[in-house]
Amino acid sequence: MIELLNISKSFAGQKVLNDISTVFDKGKTNLIIGQSGSGKTVLMKCCIGLLDIDEGIINFDELCFSDLSIKKKRTTRKKMGVLFQGGALFDSFTVEENVMFPLNMFTTMSLEEKLDRVNYVLKKVNLVNANHKYPSEISGGMTKRVAIARAIALNPQYLFCDEPNSGLDPKTAEVIDALISDLTHEFQMTTVVNTHDMNSVLQIGQKIAFLYQGDLWWEGDKDEILKTDNKELNDFVFSTELTRRIK
Amino acid sequence: MKTFNEIGAYVLLMFQAFKRPDKGRVFRRQLMMDFEALGTNSLGLIIILSLFFGAIIAIQMAYNIDNPMIPLKTIGFSTRQMMIVEFAPTIMSLILAGKVGSSIASEIGSMRVTEQIDALEVMGINPANYLILPKITASMIYNPILMVFSIVVGIFGGWLAMIVTGLSSSVAFIEGVRSWYDPFTVTYAIIKTLVFAFIIASVSGYKGYTVKGGSVEVGKASTQAVVYSSILIIVFDLILTQMLLT
Ligand SMILES: Nc1ncnc2c1ncn2[C@@H]1O[C@H](COP(=O)(O)OP(=O)(O)OP(=O)(O)O)[C@@H](O)[C@H]1O
Ligand SMILES: [Mg+2]
Repeated sequence: MIELLNISKSFAGQKVLNDISTVFDKGKTNLIIGQSGSGKTVLMKCCIGLLDIDEGIINFDELCFSDLSIKKKRTTRKKMGVLFQGGALFDSFTVEENVMFPLNMFTTMSLEEKLDRVNYVLKKVNLVNANHKYPSEISGGMTKRVAIARAIALNPQYLFCDEPNSGLDPKTAEVIDALISDLTHEFQMTTVVNTHDMNSVLQIGQKIAFLYQGDLWWEGDKDEILKTDNKELNDFVFSTELTRRIK
Repeated sequence: MKTFNEIGAYVLLMFQAFKRPDKGRVFRRQLMMDFEALGTNSLGLIIILSLFFGAIIAIQMAYNIDNPMIPLKTIGFSTRQMMIVEFAPTIMSLILAGKVGSSIASEIGSMRVTEQIDALEVMGINPANYLILPKITASMIYNPILMVFSIVVGIFGGWLAMIVTGLSSSVAFIEGVRSWYDPFTVTYAIIKTLVFAFIIASVSGYKGYTVKGGSVEVGKASTQAVVYSSILIIVFDLILTQMLLT
């Protein structure tokens, strides 16, 4: 469980997050949705401590994360898996080395055990026969999948995914969503996913937080979101011709 | 004010970098890669430049001492002395600041702008320690080796030039190289090389690590890395020379 209490963040006087309080539950896929520029990435980076918050408190289960020193934050981060919006693979390493990297850093496994684990997670994200390719030699969607594989290599307790399926075809996007959802339930992780893809919202949105211009505008689940009469949320949900007609 | 902030940020980053590495084996592997990237790949350049520089010093000395009162062995002596006290430590470091400094800054800088450093950070790794410490260590071990190569090859270049041009005999040159030898000059050269190696790797690492923005800023940072390290090298050359030789 991750608890946010009254989080605020500004950049050079411009307020990006405004007094946000919410809870991301354990064993559930928690979604943060909102338009481009609404502050999703900033909120996620505040949660993992890459950006310092101006005000508020962030608790990871019993631990008050936002008050920790950098050294203690790093210790806590070993229990987190993070997927960045751009993938952030190490470009001097191959796919296999990228996924193996956290295992090299934090485990005492033998090479065979590590290779087993790497191939297991790569198979989970549907990537075989790409082990020895470099990030510059694989497609955007493959980059995302390798990044997910790296994020889950150590069986994290907390999983953060920033737009895991943007730039993927609908079929692969669904596979990724299903994967994130399965992993969450299987390992009882606390998963936070940033997205603006309504398909994901309806597929895996067990808990949804809607950000609008830096405010937490609405909270609910995937069934409630279709029935809401909140104007800004409706504009977001039914933004395409297709969805409007269906409604 | 801005300068003071930068010095402060630089010192803090060095404190972060000089921590015990999380995993010894991973550190050693990084170190090996940096030996190759920062050291071995510069060997050819250093050898060519030193060869020519040694030859040029010897020929210039030969023309300048066109006076029967000055013994011919002065040529060998001066070539050796110039290589040891100035060319091998300082000029070579300035050249490496251009070659190695810009590559460190752009490598680390592009990792910063593509969030690879953030990815290290959220894995619970100390990125400064993981990225910068091996580069500083590799430079401080390898640059003195490059320096020794530079001295030897430079003196050889001077000797070769004398043979080819006939400006001095081989015997006189070698006698000069062996005259008035003071071992402290080599110590002095090694100290300078170590300090300059630290400056190159740490300043370039700092410049790359603190890039904000995109590829344009990475380019700027790598230029600044070269400019700052070169200036610091010359300033510290003066300071160290004053401290050690007087
Ligand atoms: N480092 C920064 N410095 C200044 N402003 C920033 C910084 N990072 C983000 N912002 C601003 O914060 C706002 C929210 O950005 P954020 O990246 O969180 O959007 P997002 O919801 O993730 O959008 P997208 O869906 O396009 O990824 C934007 O207006 C952006 O300009
Ligand atoms: Mg974003």
